[in-house]
Amino acid sequence: MIDGWVILWTDALVFLLLVFSLVFAVYASRREHLRAPWRRVARSGVGMGTLVVLAFYLLVGLLDSIHFHPSTIVTEGEKSQSAEVISLFDWMVTPLRVRQEKTYSAPLAARLYAKESMELADGRVVRDYPRLLFGGAHLQDPDREWGRDILRLSLFGILKGALVTLVLSNILIALLAARAGADFACQARLILTGKTPIPWRVVLVTLGVLVILIFWAAELAANYHLLGTDKVGEDVFYQTLKSIRTGLLIGTLTTLVMLPAAILLGIMAGYFRGWVDDIIQYTYTTLNSIPGVLLIAAAILMLQIYMSNHAEEFNSLIERADLRLLFLCIILGVTSWTGLCRLLRGESLKLREVDYVQAATAFGVRPLQIISRHILPNVLHIVLITVVLDFSGLVLAEAVLSYVNIGVDPTMNSWGNMINSARLEMAREPIVWWSLAAAMIFMFILVLSANLFSDVVRDAFDPRLRDTR
Amino acid sequence: MMAYIVRRMLYAVPILLGVNILTFVLFFVINSPDDMARMNLGMKRVTPEAVENWKRERGYDRPLLFNQASSGSGKLTDTIFFQKSLKLFRFEFGLSDSGRDIGYDISQRMWPSLAIALPVLLVGLLVNISYALLIAFFRATYIDFWSVVLCVTMMSISGLFYIIGGQFLISKLLHLVPISGYDTGVSAIKFLVLPVIIGIIGGIGAGTRWYRTLFLEEINKDYVRTARAKGLSENVVLFQHVLKNAMIPILTGVVVVLPLLFMGSLITESFFGIPGLGSYTIDAINRQDFAIVRAMVFLGSVLYILGLLLTDISYTLVDPRVRLS
Repeated sequence: MIDGWVILWTDALVFLLLVFSLVFAVYASRREHLRAPWRRVARSGVGMGTLVVLAFYLLVGLLDSIHFHPSTIVTEGEKSQSAEVISLFDWMVTPLRVRQEKTYSAPLAARLYAKESMELADGRVVRDYPRLLFGGAHLQDPDREWGRDILRLSLFGILKGALVTLVLSNILIALLAARAGADFACQARLILTGKTPIPWRVVLVTLGVLVILIFWAAELAANYHLLGTDKVGEDVFYQTLKSIRTGLLIGTLTTLVMLPAAILLGIMAGYFRGWVDDIIQYTYTTLNSIPGVLLIAAAILMLQIYMSNHAEEFNSLIERADLRLLFLCIILGVTSWTGLCRLLRGESLKLREVDYVQAATAFGVRPLQIISRHILPNVLHIVLITVVLDFSGLVLAEAVLSYVNIGVDPTMNSWGNMINSARLEMAREPIVWWSLAAAMIFMFILVLSANLFSDVVRDAFDPRLRDTR
Repeated sequence: MMAYIVRRMLYAVPILLGVNILTFVLFFVINSPDDMARMNLGMKRVTPEAVENWKRERGYDRPLLFNQASSGSGKLTDTIFFQKSLKLFRFEFGLSDSGRDIGYDISQRMWPSLAIALPVLLVGLLVNISYALLIAFFRATYIDFWSVVLCVTMMSISGLFYIIGGQFLISKLLHLVPISGYDTGVSAIKFLVLPVIIGIIGGIGAGTRWYRTLFLEEINKDYVRTARAKGLSENVVLFQHVLKNAMIPILTGVVVVLPLLFMGSLITESFFGIPGLGSYTIDAINRQDFAIVRAMVFLGSVLYILGLLLTDISYTLVDPRVRLS
């Protein structure tokens, strides 16, 4: 199955980010002042519910970030190294990836969306909607069997999902019961009546809905094109699932890229003041005064020139698209670090006058140590809130930028590219709506969850809001 | 007051110079004019003569910073940096790569942009503030809760969806207004109605939520408690005390974007075929017309800095405390 691993730049950064988050989680779990706000997040129903949804997106994104060369079909007893690069996620949903139709077909359709001239067995030529190669191919007579088949598959999928949910929730309850030292029935009653401090009931319900939806979709997608196919006959469901990685990457890597500069410069400006402050303020005011979209456009144009003049440096399309994505993250980071930098500068200005920092200065502690020991830990919550708040905006920005052709590479699956191509399809008669709908719905769920989750996190970390409640 | 304004204006000069140098580096140093020429002429088999021609026609054949061949002040002025970058300060944008006068195009295209952006801003402000006041009046009730839910939901929908959905519903299904296009004079209205409405709807979520936070912050302050203790009715408190004080952050937030309204909205204008500066920029990006993008970057920065200046001035006008420090 695997013929050598491929680590793309963004993959490496994603896993670096994952390691960072885990290290931070361990660090935070040992410190009461960081644990307390997270506990507040864990006790919020909205927080836990959206967390489950986000975890699902994250899982797809991570699976989609492990790339390898698939071993090709054995020809005459000899394997040939292929240039194709696929991800673990691609491999898991191979049927979706390879079952390509001729052109547009509606969601769950058994026939193409446009009429074609077909030659019948007896030599007559008729114009009709041809059958799909894969979608509903198991049906003898789609006009009669279709409705019943969909119903059967749906019921079957939902049943499977419900069973898995039941098993999962039982395991979870058993684990919780074992940890609390209570018996199973007692713990189950606590959870189902919503009397646990952490809202496990919300978690279970969200998880259940998600699992049932996944199994339902899987059952239908195995036999039909769940969300139809696009112009070249590619499965739209597959495209929109693949777009998850792009969206997540834009939302997270951008912040990862900008964080070091924002934290370092922001704290330095606030702590050292004087000419250091002047230079840093000048830098971010200058960068900030260029409208973001235009700066991104200019930078991407330059990248395009570079790439077309140095085409030989890129081994494959996927590597090229990957570097463009990384570059987009960097340039988005350049346009968005100024806000955080300004916040950190203001906070550091305040913190350096605080008694314990003054005391440390008086004792002759070196600036670097003061910053790392006293100032940095006290501004971490601002960093965290900014990271979480920025995420959804960046996901939405990707769609807009790709629409203007200054976003991710046109060959890359992304919601922006899907919407961009759907724009022409809306003018068709009858209209092709499913690409647009699929991209919009998946993006909407991700952004909504992220927005709700970030609200919970901000409320938990912001001391001002805490006092008023 | 005058001294303060002059000081602020002087402060803008180094920033604009920084922007200018940055765009120069981005457009001429990272990629040489040769690269641009090759890109524009098509990648395959470009002859050196064709590249030279392309560069000469557009004035990119000069040295970047220092011209050895010229004499006197020409050593400095007959360079790309002086001709293409520094001249932006005098708003001499020169010719676009396809040979049109950029300055003229901009002066023609800023008005349609303004015709959309200004109503969106003003009516949007009115709608958002009224809605936020309503929420503040019914704070901590179901109306408050569901309004916030509505706002977050509306915020989470991509702006592209509002545009595509609006065009589809209003223009294609109901045939109320044309899908896209533009006209001069009064007849432009039927083309402007839909983009304006969509712009307002798209802004309700984020705007209302932000104003709600501002109002609720004011409501918790001491002077409001005093006003209530005096026996003023909730209406008077809300409209005469809270609204007046919350207007300070609202107004300054509006003033900063005022000059940028000329730049228009990239997405809206290209979807609706409005010949404004936004669609001008998008066309330039798609045609890879570097001269126009460069001019727009500079213009955008100038307008932004102007916005900051206006914000500072309006602050000193509405909040006398600022003037003292």
